[in-house]
Amino acid sequence: MDWFFKFPHMDDAALRALKKTIDEGFRGFTRAYGDTIESLFTPLQHFLIYAERFTTKTPWPIITLIILAIAWAATRNLRIVAGCLVTLLLIGYFDMWDDTMRTISMIFVCTVLSIAIGLPIGILMSRNDKVQKIVNPILDVMQTMPSFVYLIPVVMLLGIGKVPGLIAVVIYAIPPMIRLTNLGIRLVDRDVLEAADAFGADSRQKLFKVQLPLALPTIMAGINQTIMMALAMVVIASMIGVQGLGQPVLKAIANQYFTLGIFNGLAIVGIAIIFDRVSQAYGHRLQKHREIVHG
Amino acid sequence: MAEHVFGGIRIRNLYKIFGPDAAAHIDAVRNGLTKAELNEKYGHVLGLRDINIEMPSGSIQVIMGLSGSGKSTLIRHINRLIDPTAGEVLVDGVDIVGMNEKDLREFRRHQTAMVFQKFALLPHRSVLDNTIFGLEIQGLSRQQSVDTAMRWLERVGLKGFEKKYPNQLSGGMQQRVGLARALSNDAPVLLMDEAYSALDPLIRTDMQTVLLDLQKEIRKTVVFITHDLDEALRLGDQIAILRDGEVIQQGTSQDIVLRPADDYVANFVREVNRGRVVHVEAVMRPLDAPPAADRPTITSGVTIEDALRILATAPDGDITVVDTTAKPIGTVTFRQLANAMVSTRETGQNAKA
Repeated sequence: MDWFFKFPHMDDAALRALKKTIDEGFRGFTRAYGDTIESLFTPLQHFLIYAERFTTKTPWPIITLIILAIAWAATRNLRIVAGCLVTLLLIGYFDMWDDTMRTISMIFVCTVLSIAIGLPIGILMSRNDKVQKIVNPILDVMQTMPSFVYLIPVVMLLGIGKVPGLIAVVIYAIPPMIRLTNLGIRLVDRDVLEAADAFGADSRQKLFKVQLPLALPTIMAGINQTIMMALAMVVIASMIGVQGLGQPVLKAIANQYFTLGIFNGLAIVGIAIIFDRVSQAYGHRLQKHREIVHG
Repeated sequence: MAEHVFGGIRIRNLYKIFGPDAAAHIDAVRNGLTKAELNEKYGHVLGLRDINIEMPSGSIQVIMGLSGSGKSTLIRHINRLIDPTAGEVLVDGVDIVGMNEKDLREFRRHQTAMVFQKFALLPHRSVLDNTIFGLEIQGLSRQQSVDTAMRWLERVGLKGFEKKYPNQLSGGMQQRVGLARALSNDAPVLLMDEAYSALDPLIRTDMQTVLLDLQKEIRKTVVFITHDLDEALRLGDQIAILRDGEVIQQGTSQDIVLRPADDYVANFVREVNRGRVVHVEAVMRPLDAPPAADRPTITSGVTIEDALRILATAPDGDITVVDTTAKPIGTVTFRQLANAMVSTRETGQNAKA
């Protein structure tokens, strides 16, 4: 009755051999192709370095003005702009400006990358049920798999640094972008699509003139979620060498510096709120035409 | 160069069966399998059975039927938004059933325009940008499109509303945008799928007038779907009545009202205001002797109601009915006209009883 109380598992030696084979296989793959793969990511690395240099080397008043201008253009709301200003000034005053800029540049690159990859995948998914059936479980895995687990192969392949951090963040943050693009396009009113068909629109015209514009508010919600999730990964990414607000937090955990932790944590919260309010208000503004209902 | 004259629409032996294996059941349906049997035995739905309609160029063809009669399915066969299971749809002599995707798109861009029951406007576009949608799809430059669109917007009474969004307009005005969008295409075929069914009665009458006025000028081949017999009688040069996917009567409004094909049609017709539909020549006594020369005359083709209005002030006695060339063809009395409005309605009821 031993098997009843203890789950009968694979023979220890065989299991060890299996793990070893996979590990060695992957190690061999890393050794053979690591450099090639790394060179594939160099454009990304340049983009990252360029973005970081821009945010950290530009004088702070100019960066502040740029952020405020973006906030104003997107929201047309003075209160949100004022909120951004106060947050940025506080971050600067408590000497977290440089780390914040590094984090913002990282989040910016992650978001751009997530949109560039996620939007086409989402569009493809919305057009083909088979693709949806394949992609959905992959997204589930990406969202539930503990991020440390996929950090291992990424670090093995690319080492420690910005690019592996970026990949880890994008894997974690891209699913909402894909899902909401897919959802937004699938929710487009069938009557309007039929009208486009009746006027002889081809699939390209339908996509750009009908589906994407009507799905845009939902897609914007996806971008908002992607940004939020990317920010949530900042601390974990700092473990593999991504600079920014995550590193002081990591240091605070290791050394039990309560204040350091809370300051940097609050700075992350601060920029999260800025990103969230601005992108949400923008998404809202895109729907203005829907709200003015004939009385 | 002689201008091409549009050849009208001809629908021949059209069948539509909905279901995963529609083609397999077409022969059984041709041999008399009923809609109910098809549904029960094979789980397929019979949408249309053996439809044959000729729609001459430049006339308004109304297709009338209650919900579920297949009228919306039928109109979608004319621009092949729905593919038929069997049969032919000839538009201007070309069978569109055999067209490939590209030809079909070109056909839809240039030969047809459609107006929808739920308007189907693009909510993110202004009235003007909605109106140019069809032209944009055709690939016209914005400049050209805007000129055309503005002309039609003005024609349907929406001048000054170009910058509004659809949600800011009432239903009637939204449908005017839908109409302007369709007319901007300048296609010979105008498909109107219950275009006015979502509007309240006064606005509906208003929009019917807009269509009739426009039609005098543009002479399109209009296919108009409705469930409202009054609308059908008012608009249709020809009317086809559809029930359970089959045409049960085709003809002019006169035919439908005076000679309903069966009880189903008779039931519909009973509530109709005959004075507005029936023409004087249907009531008149044919000429047996030359009419007295000094009698007031009325032209054939005038409805009883209009005739009564014209003749309310005329002296008693016979009234001469003349054809369009002013040749006398019959006589009618005021009393006969008044009777026709009431008594025919009674005969309708008697026939039913």
